[in-house]
Order: sequence, then structure tokens, then C-alpha cells
Amino acid sequence: MAEFNVNEIRKDFPILSVKAYGKPLVYFDNAATSQKPQPVIDSLVDYYTNYNANIHRGVHFLSQKASSAFDEVREKARAFIHAASEREIIFVRGTTEAINLVASTYGRKHLEKGDEILISAMEHHSNIIPWQMLCGEKGAVLKVIPMNDRGELMLDKVEALLSEKTKLVSLVHVSNSLGTINPVKEVIALAHAKGIPVLVDGAQSTAHGEVDVQDLDADFFAFSAHKILGPTGVGCLYGKLHLLEDMPPYQGGGEMIQTVSFDRTTYNEVPYKFEAGTPNIADVIALGAAFDYWSRLDRKAAGAWEQELLTRATTLVSGIPGVRLIGTAAQKAGVLSFVIEGVNALDAGMYLDTKGIAVRTGHHCTEPVMLRFGIPGTLRASFMFYNTMDEVDLLAENLRNAIRFLQPQAAL
Amino acid sequence: MKSMQVIEQEIVEDFNLFEGWEEKYQYIIELGQKLPALDARYKTDAYKIKGCQSSVWLHGEEKEGRLYFSADSDSTFVKGEIALLMQVLSGQLAEDILNSRLDFIDAIGLRQHIAVTRANGLASMIKQMKTYALAAANIQK
Repeated sequence: MAEFNVNEIRKDFPILSVKAYGKPLVYFDNAATSQKPQPVIDSLVDYYTNYNANIHRGVHFLSQKASSAFDEVREKARAFIHAASEREIIFVRGTTEAINLVASTYGRKHLEKGDEILISAMEHHSNIIPWQMLCGEKGAVLKVIPMNDRGELMLDKVEALLSEKTKLVSLVHVSNSLGTINPVKEVIALAHAKGIPVLVDGAQSTAHGEVDVQDLDADFFAFSAHKILGPTGVGCLYGKLHLLEDMPPYQGGGEMIQTVSFDRTTYNEVPYKFEAGTPNIADVIALGAAFDYWSRLDRKAAGAWEQELLTRATTLVSGIPGVRLIGTAAQKAGVLSFVIEGVNALDAGMYLDTKGIAVRTGHHCTEPVMLRFGIPGTLRASFMFYNTMDEVDLLAENLRNAIRFLQPQAAL
Repeated sequence: MKSMQVIEQEIVEDFNLFEGWEEKYQYIIELGQKLPALDARYKTDAYKIKGCQSSVWLHGEEKEGRLYFSADSDSTFVKGEIALLMQVLSGQLAEDILNSRLDFIDAIGLRQHIAVTRANGLASMIKQMKTYALAAANIQK
């Protein structure tokens, strides 16, 4: 296998040369959003500079060019997650909207009083609240698959939680606050054995390894562009075609219709049925540039490099006196979350910021996870293939300094 | 008692000596470490201001029209911010506190580091201090 040349890769990401307070930026907030390679940035400028137009139905030169650039991205999205058909890709604003779309359409149609939705104990708020809202509206019940002290899903509890009343399972693929890689394929198999469809929240997983929705046999799969080198404000919902065709529309408006009169409207076919209004053309096109970047990247080597970063960071950080890791699953990707005895996470995060090191502190929109571990929040360093071992070393060194500074009474 | 304007000006001059964010951060942490402890009976939910990433317990006491604050937080940096606010506001007349604009927060460059995070509820703290002042001012009337 060819050596992964991180220094060459870094040249693709102009922001990595930015100085933070005069110091080289160390960006370890990748789980919040990834940085963008030059081709993604260029594609936005190129679109607005050279062929900005509203798409479809436009007879003119610019509209045709924009329409075909936009339409090509659907095929690239299909290839990215190995869907069977590009008609199974719906462009949305992001993972959150994708989940809300399924809750509002599939959920509204199929859920009745007393029915159940099954999620896990490590969901992001975006994969809790849409279901809570739906359950509240329908008089349905939200059930939760528990996790163990390492932050691993308790797979042996899943079967008992799947009842004849369960209408959908919605499960995060990779936890944003713990880094746990969930055995979604196994959960899907268990759910399918009882005829229950499964939505997979792929917001974190798509950045860290190749996803094959057909191999997983996921019924729905949601992800965001901005976590995978693309722009903010766009994402994709994958759904099996027969499910999408059976679902009522999400929002009403232009693009999603076939014919409209004041008496009745007939809806457009999938996926347009779910894409009311002028879409986010520029960002979809830039997402296409991100897909192109991924397809040029040696993803195996990039993934292996990320695991090396995570392993080294785990070793160095867990060796610091007072540090307790939160999330020690056997299968992890991209995230190192921890608390420090006697040191407030926010204070330590701000200390790292003064050194140009970007981490995130708090509950990471997973308050139930924090409750489970009995902590208010964590410090989270999250990695991407463009991070370096030197950066990991800097993180560990500055964490030691932060603890020394913030705990002056402790003899280290 | 110095006027708020004078105290704010002194803080701004102190901060002007710092080279950048790192030194300001360190100074605020030191202020936080020196903040006098809050009487344990006020460290209850009744006195708690919940922020997104830290909690603050704030108590205000009125004496002859002037308000005196004491506070605590789980974040040392937030305690440092409290210390700065107390330098300016504690011991001032209720009415002056109500009318205070606290321009020094912008002048020392603090807001840019905290506004974006929604983290430590500085705005909530100021609001709570002014609520104490409002209650005291109403009693006087």
C-alpha cells in the first residue's frame, strides 16, 4: 500500500495554512464540520461566476448548463453511498432535514397511537427530537436501545425491543460524541426479520469510511455535505425506491408537482416529489466537487491514517493524569472525547484555543449521552485525514500545560 | 466608590497591556481563581443561572441603595468574567447598575471570544445582576 502523504493532501485545503492568533491552526473540530478542498471552493465561485441560473424548465443556455451540472450530482451521490438508483437520492438541507423528512412523511403515514419508534442511547438530538415530535402528535412511544459503559450499543437488547408495534428503527452509524461505530448491519438484519425498516444517521460515518447502503440493506440513510468536505446547507436522504414512492410529499411548492389546478394537484415522481422549491443549486454542485475529491482520494489509506491519528491521540491523552476517556468502544472512528478531573472542559477548550488548537467542548447535542455518563460535557477532539501526528502531539502537550495552568494547586 | 466609567476605563487600560488573546485568557483565569468563595447557602438552584456549558450561582445584596454581588461558577474562566463584572458593578447604586452599558466588554475584546460559543451565559449574568438592581430600585421607590 502506498504511504499516505498527508503533507501533499494538506495543500488541497487552503484553510489549513491559516494562523490562529499568530500560531499555526490545528483543526480538531472535524466532527462539527470538515474543511473544504480547493476544488469545492472553486466550484462555488465557478457556478456563480459563469453559469448561475435557475434549473429545469429553463430554455436558455445558462439554465441548461446549471441543470445538467446539478443533475450530475445525483448520480455522484448514488455512487458515493452505492445506492441502486439515483432516483433514490433526495437533496435536502442536511442530515437533520433528512430525518425530519422521513418523520413527516413516512412517519405520519404509518404511525398510529400506541406504535413505537426505536432509537439508541447515543443519538444526536437531531435523531431524537423529530421522533419525539411525531410520537407526541400520534400518541406513539419512543423506545431506546441502551449502551454499556464503554459507549457501545447493547446489541443483545435489540431483539426484545423490536415489537409488532415498532414502525421504524432510527440509528446513528457513528456517534458524534463518543466515536462509537455501531453494528448497523446487524441491527438492520434483526429489524428486517420482523419487517421493520431502518433509518441510518450517517452524518459522521460518511467522512470516515466507505458506506454501501445496499450492503447494509438500510431503508433510509441520511448525511450532510459539510461533514464530508462539501458546503453547508445541503445533504442527502437515501431511501429505497418502493418506500419513497409510497411516501406522501414533504413540502408543497414548485418542482414537486406534475399538474396543478385549484381543485387538485398531482405530484411529480420520486425524487422531485420531495424537493419543493428552487433547490440549493450552488451547494449541490459544490457537493458534487466534494464527491469527485473523495473518488480521487485513496480512501483506504486515508481511513487507515485517521485510525493511526486516533490511536496515537488515545494513547497520549489517556496517559495524562486526571484524564478520563468518554467512549472507549472497541470500534471507533474519528472522535476522542474526554473529561479532566478538576478541570472544567470549557476552560481547557479555551486554553487550547489560545494556542491555536480548535476542539469542541460541551454536550455535543447529545445530552442523554452526557446524562448516561453523569457528566455535564466533554472535550472532544475529532480527526480528519488531513490532520498530522505533529498536531496530535501538540494537542497532548498543550493539554498537559492546560491542566498544569488550570490546576495550580495540583503537583504534576 | 469610584464611578463605573472610571473602573471600566481602568480595566480597558489593563487589558491594553496584553499582547493578545492568550494573555487576556490567562489574566481572566487568574481573576477567576481569586474570586472570593460564594456562601454555600447561595449555591442552590434558586440562585443558579444555567448556561449552555457552565453554570453560575449569583447572589446580590442591597445595602443603603447599593448592591453587592457574590458568585461562583464551575468554570474558572466564567468566574474571571464574574470578577470583572463585579469590579464594575458591585457596590454601585441600583439605578446606575440598571443604566450601565458595560462597554468595556467590547473594548477589551471579550465579546468576540464568548458570543460565538453561547457558552458561558455572560448575557444572562448581566441580566440577573440588573434584575437584582431593578428589584432594589423598586423597593427604594
